[in-house]
Amino acid sequence: MKFLKQPALLAIGMICIGLILNFGTNAYIQLTSLFVLVNCLMAMSLNLVNGYTGQFSLGHAGFMALGAYFSAYASMHWPLFSGPLAILNFVLTTLGSGLLAAFAGYVVGLPSLRLKGDYLAIVTLGFGEIIRVSLLNMDFVGGARGLSGIPSIPNLDLGFMVIEHYMVSFLFSTFWFVTCFFVIWRIMHSSHGRGFLSVREDEIAAEAMGIDTTKTKVRAFVLSSFFAGVAGALFCHATNYISPSSFNFQKSVDAIIMVVLGGMGSMSGSICAAIFITLLPEILRSLKEYTGGIDFRMVIYSLSLILVMLLRPQGLFGQTEITDLWKKYVKRSN
Amino acid sequence: MQDFLQHMINGLSLGSIYALIALGYTMVYGILQMINFAHSDVYMIGAFAAFYTARILGIENSPGFSTLIILLISSMVACSLLGLAIERFAYRPLRKAPKLNILITAIGVSLLLEYSSQILFGADPKVFPEIMQDSVLAEFGLVQLKISDITVLGVSVVAMLALNYIIQKTKIGKAMRAVSVNARVASMLGVNVNTVISMTFVVGSSLAGIGSVLVGMKYPKIDPLMGMMIGLKAFVAAVLGGIGNIMGAVLGGLLMGLSEEYVVAYFSSTYRDALAFGILILVLIFRPSGLLGKSSVEKV
Repeated sequence: MKFLKQPALLAIGMICIGLILNFGTNAYIQLTSLFVLVNCLMAMSLNLVNGYTGQFSLGHAGFMALGAYFSAYASMHWPLFSGPLAILNFVLTTLGSGLLAAFAGYVVGLPSLRLKGDYLAIVTLGFGEIIRVSLLNMDFVGGARGLSGIPSIPNLDLGFMVIEHYMVSFLFSTFWFVTCFFVIWRIMHSSHGRGFLSVREDEIAAEAMGIDTTKTKVRAFVLSSFFAGVAGALFCHATNYISPSSFNFQKSVDAIIMVVLGGMGSMSGSICAAIFITLLPEILRSLKEYTGGIDFRMVIYSLSLILVMLLRPQGLFGQTEITDLWKKYVKRSN
Repeated sequence: MQDFLQHMINGLSLGSIYALIALGYTMVYGILQMINFAHSDVYMIGAFAAFYTARILGIENSPGFSTLIILLISSMVACSLLGLAIERFAYRPLRKAPKLNILITAIGVSLLLEYSSQILFGADPKVFPEIMQDSVLAEFGLVQLKISDITVLGVSVVAMLALNYIIQKTKIGKAMRAVSVNARVASMLGVNVNTVISMTFVVGSSLAGIGSVLVGMKYPKIDPLMGMMIGLKAFVAAVLGGIGNIMGAVLGGLLMGLSEEYVVAYFSSTYRDALAFGILILVLIFRPSGLLGKSSVEKV
């Protein structure tokens, strides 16, 4: 399990998975695998706010929408590079999406993070709605029709070989996945991360120990929105079509369910839950034939949300990581 | 000027509906310090209860005062029972849990009600029975006083006066006020806190039930997601007036209704849903305790 702590090794492992998916499967599974990565980014970044810092954001989809719309619009209208360097466009627009979302996170976070949990939830929910309503009214990004014809990440021509576009997008998403994981992981093991945790545990005590709680919360919020924006950018290039309704309240709820189910304050928990929640509707798709087209997904989600809160309030993983379980059960038996 | 007055009448009747629902939020917040996210869906269930009652009794197309009373009572009963059940099974086990867990549970309950009623009632909108004949009662120049607006205002004023009586004059109202000041001391003095909390949910939910029938009368289209937006706006109204404060909820509701009506009339109707959140953010930045709320200093 130590390899999980080495970015390079993790990347090689992901490349192997990508190769298998590239040659061994069809486009449906490939697209689903991209969604898994996007949702993992969403869950990990929301976990930073909801899990580690103990705040409650209900508007994560809003930041994702900002990122998605920026990247889609920029890659359609401002192509800086062409030919074999076209991939650089996507690198830049994705980065730009993240920065734009982070800036929005700062603007939203600064006034609202002075508030206590419940209010913050409502403000972030309101912010997500404001973003969605504004996008509906902006005609240059398609309004309610949505934005279609967003370019995919192109094939990468290295001269001696051509990497297929699915492989490129998978690698690109993986790059961001790994970056997000290690940025959050390293921060949580630094003094800043301890600050986040102390704000969650007891705000007054943290303040008494000299932590500027508002600043700490804003930092967590900005970082979290950055990765949400990146997730949005990856999402829009994977689907090629976005509309304001892609980023409704339900999307935010999805992200929250991932964090809550996985365990608030557990990176591996959020990742596992993100994978599970993304794949569940695909598995349940065949169930729909028996229920007559009725979607039981949200009923199951909401019930499991209530039951988890009643029976295991810290989430399935709690605050432990998979590696901790490995140490606890596997190493000991040796 | 005539436009202005007309919008004021519309805004007041919309605002009194917001106020009714906001009262439910504010009462629960006053006692439990939690946002009852499921309140908006209790309201939605109330509308469906009235819809099916009218259908079963066959009074869908017989507008009149008796229909109004029957539907109001059926909706109030359904909402109170639902509110009781939610409090008993979802919130009571978490009484001592961290606030975040209660919040997540409340969101879970809200989603559960929304999506299970999509399955039960169908996701397509339904036409609410006609309760009052929608004719113009009086006309002053171009300003019309519609029967529906008068009914909405009348019913909400009666409901608010009844609530005021319950809270100020009855024993249970006194107990509610005591619990909201300090639950532990109240329980030492012989108040059964759990009963009081249940009663609060009953009262708040029946107000939502009244609100749902009034909304159904004014905008006769109901669907399982109808509570989402109006619930949020009512919540904003409660925060605007100072959450936990009964008079504040009424004031906030009326202000919300009026401002929404004027924004739609004089600026743009597409931003009407964003307005509520704009107000909320402004209130929270400049006066987090609301217009009538007292700001409290946190003591360690």
